[in-house]
Amino acid sequence: MTDVVMPQMGESIVEGTLTKWLKKPGEKVERDEPLFEISTDKVDSEIPSPSAGVLSEILVEEGATVAINTVVGRISDGSGAAAATPQPAAVEAPAPPPVAALVAGAALVAAPAAVVETAGPISPLVRKMAREHGVDVSQVSGTGAGGRVTKQDMEAYLGGRTAAAAPAAAVPSPAPMAPLGRTEPAKTRVEPMSVMRQKIAEHMVFSKRTSAHVTTVHKVDFTKIAKLRSRVKEDFQARYGFGLTFLSFVARATAEALRAYPLLNASIEGTNIIHHSNINLGIAVALDGGLGLIVPVIKDADEKNVVGLQRSIVDLAARARSKQLKPDEVQGGTFSITNFGTFGSIFATPVINQPQVAILGVGAVEKVPVVVDDAIAIRSVAHLALTFDHRLVDGALADQFCQKIKSVLENWSEQVL
Amino acid sequence: MGFGEAYALQRELVESRKKGLIADQLLLLEHAHVITLGRNAEERNLLASEEVLSRNGIELHETDRGGDVTYHGPGQLVAYPIFDLREWKRDVVAYVRGLEQVMIAALAGFGIEARQQEGCTGVWVGEAKVAAIGVHLSRWVTSHGLALNVDTDLNYFRYIVPCGLTKPVTSMKELGCGASMGEVREAVVEQFAKVFAFQTEIVQETMA
Repeated sequence: MTDVVMPQMGESIVEGTLTKWLKKPGEKVERDEPLFEISTDKVDSEIPSPSAGVLSEILVEEGATVAINTVVGRISDGSGAAAATPQPAAVEAPAPPPVAALVAGAALVAAPAAVVETAGPISPLVRKMAREHGVDVSQVSGTGAGGRVTKQDMEAYLGGRTAAAAPAAAVPSPAPMAPLGRTEPAKTRVEPMSVMRQKIAEHMVFSKRTSAHVTTVHKVDFTKIAKLRSRVKEDFQARYGFGLTFLSFVARATAEALRAYPLLNASIEGTNIIHHSNINLGIAVALDGGLGLIVPVIKDADEKNVVGLQRSIVDLAARARSKQLKPDEVQGGTFSITNFGTFGSIFATPVINQPQVAILGVGAVEKVPVVVDDAIAIRSVAHLALTFDHRLVDGALADQFCQKIKSVLENWSEQVL
Repeated sequence: MGFGEAYALQRELVESRKKGLIADQLLLLEHAHVITLGRNAEERNLLASEEVLSRNGIELHETDRGGDVTYHGPGQLVAYPIFDLREWKRDVVAYVRGLEQVMIAALAGFGIEARQQEGCTGVWVGEAKVAAIGVHLSRWVTSHGLALNVDTDLNYFRYIVPCGLTKPVTSMKELGCGASMGEVREAVVEQFAKVFAFQTEIVQETMA
């Protein structure tokens, strides 16, 4: 038996009106065949069936408006056996969702199942497990997208419960084996890593093992840009519909510096140096709720102005968070930027995104007292940290590269963004 | 282009789009006089009988778009985006707001200050509606879309209560803008490209 739920057709949508059932109770339905229609705002949508079977029950009548995830009907698989479909993803996404590929590197592609799960609704499988074991799903901490409870979470939870329940069974058997010497099982919780987390872990260790990481930090005076930004900020927002951030200036300066020092835009393959003629900037995006990170790529970043870069950054970040990136949008990066300054960090030592040879970390822009011509002035300053692969890039080159970025930013000359 | 013909073309494109055979499409056209009923249309919002309508050369069509009753005709720019929202945002509200944004930005280019109105989908100038929206979605592929009154003969709206709202309808011409259909079409295409971030390739002029 599969539950059919009111799908969520958008982030801000909390309810939908069921306008029409396209099948009658007792009628056969194929998986993905239109099953009912819903209406939200001025949009009518056909909703495909989550599984094949017979529409056994209609729980919400035509014309009724119900909250999302409300069970509107049930589909039995005809044979009466439960669990007809092993894991229908959310009802609204029957077609293969776009694979939001990797995480911190181009080479690894996360398995779609773990990464692309739609946030919010729990799968029928999880619901069934909860029912069978009498578990309140809200008590289970979810590791799926958007904190969604997955089958693994349920298994971990049930496993933990069994372990906790065992001693309480009060059978004074000889001391249990206690394999890990865990004396207080109640205080630990075993949780399998999500596929994405495993890929990130693998990639981070692989990168540390592969490259000779060295980090150099340069202080950059952002005063000129801060002034320019505050001058045009409102117009910019009104004109383009998104804000103007320091990151796009840094991206612009970095593209410029990569043109001047192309070795930073190269990668290593065995004993060969691969020179890339395109400058494709990866921008690290943290996923909400500590779910990991994705590095979408701005292709040919050196051909874009600040507006173009800002637009790409906003677009890629939004789609990374809503898991709508296409595979080729996270591949082919030649250099990466990570903007930990947004979280208040002054500087950090980022890990290189393999097979690239350097990554630039952008610290927070802060107003600080600075000595200028023997007088104390207030300037907007940030630290830029470049981690480079010392196998290929010499320290002097890395610092020249940073100085180039610094000089572009401090002497910003483009009045037209 | 007749409504029936455009409807058939949309369905064909939607099927091809669902199968991934074609990229996103944007149809721009003008309809002959027609009154269409959306999925949520209420009989009482149609003020004339089918007979009266046909005597005045107006067709009547039932459609699968969202929304109530509306009128299309010469002087009105109709845009039917056949977009796969999975490649943009899986969000119908964001999509509808995007359509409104397209028109507000296009109108701004002609010096008309239009706005969205909470709870009343469409584009408004003052208290009058200048453009209407009605969308159908199948597997995240859109059809139907928007209708912007450029120099529409607004008298035809008297046969209906547009979208079930007892608010006036206006047109760019009535607002004192003398822009031609061609100019408006160009502006709308440009804004579509901006709002939905795609590159345009004009395949064929499909003016009636």
